[in-house]
Amino acid sequence: MQMVRMELSGTSQEILSARDLGIVACTRCSKPAPMGAQTCSRCGHRLVSRDRQSLQRVWAFWTVGLMCYIPANTYPMLKTRTLFQVDESTIIGGAVELAHHGNWGIAFIILFASVVIPLAKFMAVAFLAISVKQRSVTSQRQRHYLYEVVEYIGRWSMIDIFVVAILSSLVQLKSLAAINPGTASIFFALSVIFTMLAAQAFDTRMIWDTQTKDEGLKTND
Amino acid sequence: MDHPDTPLAELPLDEIIVCPQCDAVYRLQRPADGERAACERCHTALITPRDNAGLQIIAVAVAVMVLIIGASVFPFLTIDAAGNRNAVSVLDAALAFAGGPMILLSLATAALIFFIPLLRVLLTLYVLVPIVLDRPPARHAVAAFSLSEELRPWSMAEVFAIGCAVALVKVADLADVGFGPAFYMFGALVVLVIAQDRFLCKWSVWNSLEHPKKS
Ligand SMILES: [Zn+2]
Ligand SMILES: [Zn+2]
Repeated sequence: MQMVRMELSGTSQEILSARDLGIVACTRCSKPAPMGAQTCSRCGHRLVSRDRQSLQRVWAFWTVGLMCYIPANTYPMLKTRTLFQVDESTIIGGAVELAHHGNWGIAFIILFASVVIPLAKFMAVAFLAISVKQRSVTSQRQRHYLYEVVEYIGRWSMIDIFVVAILSSLVQLKSLAAINPGTASIFFALSVIFTMLAAQAFDTRMIWDTQTKDEGLKTND
Repeated sequence: MDHPDTPLAELPLDEIIVCPQCDAVYRLQRPADGERAACERCHTALITPRDNAGLQIIAVAVAVMVLIIGASVFPFLTIDAAGNRNAVSVLDAALAFAGGPMILLSLATAALIFFIPLLRVLLTLYVLVPIVLDRPPARHAVAAFSLSEELRPWSMAEVFAIGCAVALVKVADLADVGFGPAFYMFGALVVLVIAQDRFLCKWSVWNSLEHPKKS
């Protein structure tokens, strides 16, 4: 597959943003319109050059997501009943137990997928939201890439919930054994959903605005 | 397009393209079929036309629809332990939370792995079939395509498919677990959903919706 590089304006190598040219592009269908237009003539979406409320919504969703993540870890995720015992373990507790039985590999994967990745997502979203407010040492491209990773991984975190759903429906073996979802599952799902909403609320165009400012300050290049 | 020296600022709006992710402005150049036009600074794919993309997407969408329905009806995993046997379908999995406030989680799960993927397929067909047949766009096609795009991150059939594999690994040493027919359907679904996303050039669809071919 070949890549076509979009032709830049005239002789200048600097990439202009639509806002600099007095243009506002639709975030849904990307159709350009003159600055000041209220709605997109093609899809009817509300037009904003930069979503000023974006960060407020990011932080609101982020906070709810983080608040849900706490009970997601303190309540049990699964209730396992076997012939001899009932076991209610949290995400971390379950992983520790697996490690005790020598299953270091699986324990590590669970800790990584259900603890490290969610926490990393919270930090990444917070970092992005803070970085557009002040000068960041991280390059724009790196931050944009970080955003894409967060957005991509976001939905895959629901896999924990689906696994709980599958195990709970599958392991229903009358008196022998049964697995049922614990209270944590609902909080974990909410946490994933609100983190996704926080990432979606972020207006990525703001990442690139600072660059224009930074480059204006620099004289070399 | 005929005056490559015209400054970007003086070009008419229908001769420029703006990157929806980073707001960069470019002179609109339609790449040839099979090529990709990508944003220089954030690398977002802007235009990705393909020969016969419409037909391919429609074919894949029909296949996805059949698979989603099939994968929901048939069991995807079976378990056997000391004479106790259990087979579960997607519906059973979604209903696993059906008790007390967990019912909300059941509804959400059913939506994420069944209803939203199915709805997206139907919307895609509704929007693309008239375009591919060179007919005027369907009524409310713009709203249908907008909704389809908005629902994209919430369509999680392929996440569920990988979840099946994870669940399988987790119970494999506790009991005898077998695959039902739906397990393989989910496997195919993962591949097709990824293919569908690659084939679809949003720019081309929006462009066709705005400037339908006269038939
Ligand atoms: Zn629009
Ligand atoms: Zn871009």
